[in-house]
Amino acid sequence: MADGDRLNEAAGSVGRPAPLPIRAVPVRHWGRWVAAVLVLLALGGIAWAFAVGQIDWPTVGRYLFASVMLQGVGNTVLVSVGSMLLGLILGVAFAVMRLSRNPVTSGVAWLYIWFFRGTPVLVQLLIWYNLALVFRTFTIPGVYSAPMSQVMTPFLATLLGLGINEGAYMAEIVRAGISSVDHGQTEASQALGMTGGKTMRRIVLPQAMRVIVPPTGNEFINLLKTSSLASVITYGELMRSAQNVYTRTLQTVELLFVASIWYLAITTVFSSGQYYVERHFSQGSAVEQGPTPLQRIASLVLSVRHARLPGGAR
Amino acid sequence: MSFLQRPGAGQLPMVQAEAVHKSFGAVEVLKGIDLTVQPGEVFCVIGPSGSGKSTFLRCINHLEKIDAGRLRVDGELVGYRESGGLLYELKDREVAERRRDIGMVFQRFNLFPHMTALANVTEAPVQVRREPRARARQRAEALLERVGLADKRDVFPAQLSGGQQQRVAIARALAMEPKLMLFDEPTSALDPELVGEVLDVMRGLADEGMTMIVVTHEMGFAREVGDALVFMDGGVVVEAGHPREVLADPRHERTRAFLSKVL
Repeated sequence: MADGDRLNEAAGSVGRPAPLPIRAVPVRHWGRWVAAVLVLLALGGIAWAFAVGQIDWPTVGRYLFASVMLQGVGNTVLVSVGSMLLGLILGVAFAVMRLSRNPVTSGVAWLYIWFFRGTPVLVQLLIWYNLALVFRTFTIPGVYSAPMSQVMTPFLATLLGLGINEGAYMAEIVRAGISSVDHGQTEASQALGMTGGKTMRRIVLPQAMRVIVPPTGNEFINLLKTSSLASVITYGELMRSAQNVYTRTLQTVELLFVASIWYLAITTVFSSGQYYVERHFSQGSAVEQGPTPLQRIASLVLSVRHARLPGGAR
Repeated sequence: MSFLQRPGAGQLPMVQAEAVHKSFGAVEVLKGIDLTVQPGEVFCVIGPSGSGKSTFLRCINHLEKIDAGRLRVDGELVGYRESGGLLYELKDREVAERRRDIGMVFQRFNLFPHMTALANVTEAPVQVRREPRARARQRAEALLERVGLADKRDVFPAQLSGGQQQRVAIARALAMEPKLMLFDEPTSALDPELVGEVLDVMRGLADEGMTMIVVTHEMGFAREVGDALVFMDGGVVVEAGHPREVLADPRHERTRAFLSKVL
C-alpha cells in the first residue's frame, strides 16, 4: 500500500491541479543594447563618410556591367577554375606521393611543397611570365617547337603560376584528409581483395573528401582573389580591366569599387556552391541532413499556396 | 570422436601453419604457431588479450607479414611463391587476388560509411570480380535477406545498430563467395543484447559447412558450434582439442586460469 502511494506520487500529478507556468521578470541585458547602439553608430558614420566623400556613384553603376568589366569577370572565373582544377590534380598526386613509402617520391613531393609554399605567388607568376628569358624556345622533341614568348601567354603563365602554387597547398590538405580516414577502412577493402589503387579511389578518397572540401572551399575563395595579381603580368582579368579603365579616366576608386562588387558576387556564388558539395560528401555521416535552403524555400512557397488554395477556390 | 576423424579429413587442409613467427619491432608476438584447419571446420581461437590470436588471424590473409615459418591456405603459401628452393614475395595484385577467397569480419565492423548497406555488399563483387551490377545487386539483396536485414538495404551504416552493422559486414564478406571466413572477435564491440543476432548468423554459416576461423570470447558459441579449439597465450598454442573437452576439462594450468576468469 505505502509503496503504491509513493509510486503514485512519483508518477506525478494524479488528481492534483497542473502547476502554473513560470512568469518571471527576465534579466535585462543593458550591455547588449549599448553595444548594439555603438556598433550601429560606427557603421552609420562610415556609411555617411562614404556618401559625402568624393565618390562618383553613378560611375560605379555605369561601369558595373560595362563589357570591359564583364570580360574581366569571365577571365577571372576562367583562370581561377582552371588553376583550381590543376591544383586539385597536383594536390592529390603529391599527397599520395608524400604518403608513399618510396623515399624518392615522398622526398620530391616534400621539395615541391617546400618550394611553392615558400616563395610568394607574385614572384612565381613573374617567373612563369618571363620564362622566355631562360628558355628561348619551347620544344617537345620531334613533335612541337615554338618561341617561348609565344607559348607562354599571360593566360598560360597565370594558369601555371596559380595552379602549381595551389597544388602545394592542396597537397597538404589532401594529405590531412587521407590521414584522417580510419586505417580499418583500408584493411577492410584489402581483405575484400581490392588493390591499393582501388582502395584509394573507392574507399579512402571519398571519405577523405569530407575533411578536404571545407578548406578547399577556402582555398578557392583565396585563389579567386589572388588571381588579381595576374594583372601584373597583363592577363586581362577583373583587376586588370579595372586598371585599364581608371588609368584612362582617372576614376580610380570608383573602378576599384566595381571590381570589389564583382569579387564579392563571385565569391558569394562559389561559397554557396561549396555548401552543396559538402552535403554530397557528408552522405552517410551520423548527422541527419535537413532540406537545403532552396528546398526549404520551395516547401514554404508550396505550403503557402496550399494554405491559400481553399480560399481561392471559393 | 578422435581429433583426426572430422569431415574433410584426408583432403588438403584449408589452413596449415608451421612454426609461424611474427614480431613487431623487438616484441615477438607469435613464437611458433603450428595448427591445421580442415575444410568445413569451425575453428575457434581463444586466449587473453595480447596472446597473438588476432595477429595470427591477420597473418592468414596477409594483413600482417610473417617473419618465419610457413603459412598455407588451401595448399598455397600466403604472401609468397616458392620456386627452386627460393621464396618470392608476391606483388600487391597477386596478394589481392588471393585475398578474394578469404572473407574477414572485424571487431569494429569497418563498414564503408559513405555507402548504403547494399552498396557495401555490392562494392567488392563489382569492383574486384567485375560482376555485372545487376547480378551483384540481386545477390546482395539475397545476402542481406539472409542476415535478416532486407529492409535496411538503403540505410547508411551510421544509422544501424552495432549488431546490424556486423551482420552487413558478414554479408559483405560473403558476397565474394569465400572458401574461408575469418572472424576477429566479431561480437566484442557489441552491446550484450546484440551479441545473439550476430552469433545466430555465424551459426547458420557453420551449419552450411563454411570453413570458419573464429577468434572469440564467446565460450558458449565455441562449445556449441566449434569443431576445434585452440587456447593461445604469450604467442604460442598452449592447448588444442575439441571445444567441449578443452572447455570442460582443460589440461594446462594457464588454460584453467584463463577459463576460470571468463566462464
